[in-house]
Amino acid sequence: MYSEKVMDHFANPRNVGEIENPSGTGTVGNAKCGDIMKMDIQVENGVIVDVKFKTFGCGAAIATSSMATELVKGKTIEEALQLTNQAVAEALDGLPPVKMHCSMLAEQAIHAAVEDYKAKHPNG
Amino acid sequence: MNRIYLDNAATTAVAPEVLEVMLPYFTECFGNPSSIHSTGRDARRAIDAARKQVAAAINCQPNEVYFTAGGSESDNWAIKGAALARKNKGNHIITSSIEHHAVLHTCQWLEKQGFEVTYLPVDADGQVSVADVEKAITDKTILITIMAANNEIGTIQPIAEIGKLAKSKGVLFHTDAVQAVGAIPIDVAAIGCDMLSLSGHKFHGPKGVGALYIRKGLRLEHLIEGGAQERGQRAGTENLASIVGLGKAIELAAANLEANAARMTALRDKLIEGIMARIPDVKLNGHRTNRLPNNVNVSVRYVEGEALLLRLDLAGVAGSSGSACTSGSLDPSHVLLAIGLPHEIAHGSLRLTLGNETTEADIDYVLDKLPGIVSDLRAMSVLNEFTTTVGGTCPIKTVE
Repeated sequence: MYSEKVMDHFANPRNVGEIENPSGTGTVGNAKCGDIMKMDIQVENGVIVDVKFKTFGCGAAIATSSMATELVKGKTIEEALQLTNQAVAEALDGLPPVKMHCSMLAEQAIHAAVEDYKAKHPNG
Repeated sequence: MNRIYLDNAATTAVAPEVLEVMLPYFTECFGNPSSIHSTGRDARRAIDAARKQVAAAINCQPNEVYFTAGGSESDNWAIKGAALARKNKGNHIITSSIEHHAVLHTCQWLEKQGFEVTYLPVDADGQVSVADVEKAITDKTILITIMAANNEIGTIQPIAEIGKLAKSKGVLFHTDAVQAVGAIPIDVAAIGCDMLSLSGHKFHGPKGVGALYIRKGLRLEHLIEGGAQERGQRAGTENLASIVGLGKAIELAAANLEANAARMTALRDKLIEGIMARIPDVKLNGHRTNRLPNNVNVSVRYVEGEALLLRLDLAGVAGSSGSACTSGSLDPSHVLLAIGLPHEIAHGSLRLTLGNETTEADIDYVLDKLPGIVSDLRAMSVLNEFTTTVGGTCPIKTVE
């Protein structure tokens, strides 16, 4: 039911881990619904130079976390805020309909990390 | 890659001896058992023989065995058929909160038709209390339906005691024995049930065929109207080859029951103890000893079940989980919630169910691979022994 790309990002997830003293961090989802994603970003001159994730969740949750980190790494924070769940899903060659919420979580986790960064750095 | 199939509670492989006896009934002896000619009569004899095999295995008369399209039909027929046949005597049904959906959803359907249903709780091991059943009985109670053994956590229910109680109160008793038949001794006389459901593909028979035991003299409303097959109680041309296969499979299962149960119990216990010894923060779900010989169900904390299954599958091992992600719904298994597991622990459940083909080498392989898979997933999990409740609200689960 999963594409080869989903299985690749599930079996070999990119950017797993945490950043010590990250510029921004965001956690979305909860244990009750079965998926939690945490994203840490390191921002330099408005650019996301590093991003790490930790996820409790299904195969799609892990794969969308991994893909979302790849999509925003090297991007400006403004570009990262443009990230959509559709873009994450498309980059994975699609997700089963019942798993689209995982891509929503990935989008929300990235946005939460950027918003956290912006809140901590009100002057950019 | 060597593939290890540990999802025998979902379905089993057809035994070679079963397939062998089925094959002639597709091409050579293909007749309609209702036909008068010799081709039809040969088919009729095969159905009669299979009925005797089922009757011998569960200790009833052949004319108390009705073939169906499987466990779900048997459950639907027993429950709807009994409720509708007895609706003038009362409208109350008692069941448990951990029944298979074939029972639970049938009860919910009956609620929409005006019946009242009591869903009994279970204890932390998944056991129904006979005292609770007794307390729930009212003068409106017409049917009790409690499973013989649970399909997810393997816990065996006190069905003989419930059968005795039901009889003393004049209430019909149905048991869904789909997971139990072929795994533990099932004797309808000893249980004292009025109806019992079984399904061929759970004991190395074919899919799409089952049976319902209906105690002699008991009349149920029909589920399927049409021809006069199954003594006028269940219409439809018989699934000849599959019925032959079911007969052979149940005969084999009954003949080898003790040996298979002993062998599987030893492997089951090795797997349970091995997992507990090798992986920290794991909980066994279901009763430790009063459980099906082939059932292992554990909750692995801080990881999610579907991810665990996918990683096991990549390592060549087929299992199942009660996580929401494997059920396609928002909630994890109703059984795991009913035994009191919090959602996040229910989401991390792993069920491994052994079959006739399972070897000790298979168990050793799983015990070798599983700890590494769990520690990999835990290393990338947000949850750990210090953090179990992070996060906010659930986003919408499905997006157009």
